[in-house]
Amino acid sequence: MEFALSTEQEMMVETARRIGEQFGLDYWRDHDERKAFPREMWQAICDAGLCGVALAEEHGGSGLGMIELALAVEELCAGGAGATLAQIFMLNPIFGGVAISKFGTEAMKRDLLPGLVSGKINFCMALTEPDSGSNALEVRSFARADGNGWRLNGRKIWITGVPDAQKMLVIARTKKVEEVERKTQGMTLFMVDVGREGLTHQAIAKLGTNTLSSSNVFFDDVRVEPDEVVGTVDGGWPQLLEVLNTERIMTVAGCVGAARLASRLAVEYTSERKVFRGAPVGSYQGLQFPLAQCHAETQSARLMNLKAAWLHDQGLPYGSEANTAKLIAAQALSKTTERAMQSMGGMGYAKEMHVERLWRDARLFRFAPISEEMILNFIAQHDLGMPRSY
Amino acid sequence: MKILVPVKRVVDYNVKIRVKADGTGVETQNVKMSMNPFDEIAVEQAIRLKEAGLAEEIIAVSLGVTQSQETIRTALAMGADRGILVETDEALEPLGVAKCLQKIAEKEGPGLILMGKQAIDDDANQTPQMLSALLGWAQATYVSKLEIADGKAKVKREIDGGLENLEIALPAVLSVDLRLNEPRYASLPNIMKAKKKPIDTMSPADLGVDVSPRLVTLKVTEPPKRAGGVKVESVAELVDKLRNEAKVI
Ligand SMILES: Cc1cc2nc3c(=O)[nH]c(=O)nc-3n(C[C@H](O)[C@H](O)[C@H](O)COP(=O)(O)OP(=O)(O)OC[C@H]3O[C@@H](n4cnc5c(N)ncnc54)[C@H](O)[C@@H]3O)c2cc1C
Ligand SMILES: Cc1cc2nc3c(=O)[nH]c(=O)nc-3n(C[C@H](O)[C@H](O)[C@H](O)COP(=O)(O)OP(=O)(O)OC[C@H]3O[C@@H](n4cnc5c(N)ncnc54)[C@H](O)[C@@H]3O)c2cc1C
Repeated sequence: MEFALSTEQEMMVETARRIGEQFGLDYWRDHDERKAFPREMWQAICDAGLCGVALAEEHGGSGLGMIELALAVEELCAGGAGATLAQIFMLNPIFGGVAISKFGTEAMKRDLLPGLVSGKINFCMALTEPDSGSNALEVRSFARADGNGWRLNGRKIWITGVPDAQKMLVIARTKKVEEVERKTQGMTLFMVDVGREGLTHQAIAKLGTNTLSSSNVFFDDVRVEPDEVVGTVDGGWPQLLEVLNTERIMTVAGCVGAARLASRLAVEYTSERKVFRGAPVGSYQGLQFPLAQCHAETQSARLMNLKAAWLHDQGLPYGSEANTAKLIAAQALSKTTERAMQSMGGMGYAKEMHVERLWRDARLFRFAPISEEMILNFIAQHDLGMPRSY
Repeated sequence: MKILVPVKRVVDYNVKIRVKADGTGVETQNVKMSMNPFDEIAVEQAIRLKEAGLAEEIIAVSLGVTQSQETIRTALAMGADRGILVETDEALEPLGVAKCLQKIAEKEGPGLILMGKQAIDDDANQTPQMLSALLGWAQATYVSKLEIADGKAKVKREIDGGLENLEIALPAVLSVDLRLNEPRYASLPNIMKAKKKPIDTMSPADLGVDVSPRLVTLKVTEPPKRAGGVKVESVAELVDKLRNEAKVI
């Protein structure tokens, strides 16, 4: 086993560190407050080639793997952004990049990937529906055949980044549930224009991750062209799962970076803050042990995630590792931000110290993109061989 | 015109320096190492000159242990064209470094040597000046603005109490200051390209230079901890304390 990074990986991490620092805590507090997409930072990330890390060189990427992408995302998030920045990596290089590179047509790759890598085109992904969250097989949005293409009707909820995106990866049924033997059949992935006639969206008010809007999306007879299919008509389900598993790796990288950041802020504050007898509160075991525990969990999740990324890059199955890492990373991040706030007393609650933003944002990742319960279901069934409980 | 840029591998500026328990130096085991920040500014300036069509080739040179290669790679990833590593395990001193650089400069014939004004590890601030003397070239130190035209360098130097404007003939040795520019970070495509750029490796002996130390380090210690300040009642008391306690006047 080789754990050392190559010189190139180290240099890439250093570049990510600098961008993360340049667009640091104050930049993110400001954008969070204004609910503004971190456009300048995303452009800097694209300019440095960090959006295209894992995309093919012929499309402007660097042809590296998920390991490198995970390392870059972690470092960028640790600079000041926190985990929500990893969501933009899910939207663009994953939902746009992985979906198109693995399953898209040559024309799609040629037309969309260079713009994705350079930051000109942003993506979003519409899977979840009001009655189809953890159970994605209940998707009801339906694309009805219409000449050589389709007409799409239905409703999606919680879709990230719609107002800032040009393209939307939509998961819809192309065969009704009644017409197929198994629910996994009859699903298709489409790449449609966000601005297309009949597609409308409306923001949902929420707790955190404020720089990225979350929207209800409505499809009202939206025309879908034949060349907008990504992958196989009626056979999109396994292809969707492949895309979603790489999304987990991004989630963990973001959570690990954010946990490092929250931990650092807590350590810095508590080693200065003196309350009794001139000793910094950070010198108490009561404050140290919980933060040390969080660090241990974060580092374990990090290692498991890099293993998942390595398996992915070798073309081996990595679902169990990615899910395991996601479970622990999201919990460790939640605990870290909670303990950071607690350790900082009243100041942990103040915007000035940034931890309250990380604390709000962290909460999301325990149930999205996949919930803790659904991961535990997966582990019990697939890794332990226990009967399906639901 | 070729530009030679010496780059030094030093403890990263973010690292909290720790003195070794035996007092022989500072801890560099398991410590993040990076390019000396002033050298990054020199590399950036060289790249800007090349981008402006004023230079054809940038050569990054490092002296030291094998891992100094990584520092050269960083310069190559920023935009330097090729590297030279003078490999040695000796503890290098400014004069030894300047002598090696002299030999390399005589061989390569650069129009300009751009270097950091000092390295953040030993803060010697001697190598550029020594190199200029050894080569017999003009020098300008602490450069915060630079223009090249008609075989001359117009520079602004940061000096005590202001800025000094100089015009010097090329070839020259320039040592750069913090405000000259803001160095770029290496983009990933350039990091990948740097992998294929050549690095020549040689030893000080190959250059005919003896770099064995001329100085003996007796002991390295932490600076004394800062004590809290006190308020004095009168000017007389202040003068007395400066003279008898601080012993600075
Ligand atoms: C801010 C935000 C951004 C999002 N971005 C996107 C996006 O860009 N695109 C997109 O498609 N979706 C997005 N989502 C949706 C997200 O993926 C879902 O919220 C998530 O999958 C959970 O689904 P749900 O909210 O419907 O919860 P439900 O499925 O209703 O679950 C409710 C609770 O029941 C538990 N539960 C459900 N089934 C079981 C079971 N079998 N066993 C045990 N417990 C169970 C769950 O774990 C959970 O605790 C986003 C959500 C949020 C909040
Ligand atoms: C929204 C808000 C409203 C407030 N309203 C008021 C108000 O109306 N009036 C008012 O007077 N104050 C108010 N406060 C202040 C509040 O009472 C203090 O924040 C609280 O007492 C904690 O003090 P601190 O913030 O200075 O934390 P610190 O005392 O700095 O504590 C930092 C951390 O160290 C821990 N710690 C400190 N000493 C020890 C020890 N000996 N052993 C173990 N752990 C230790 C603490 O538990 C905490 O985790 C308010 C605070 C907030 C955030």
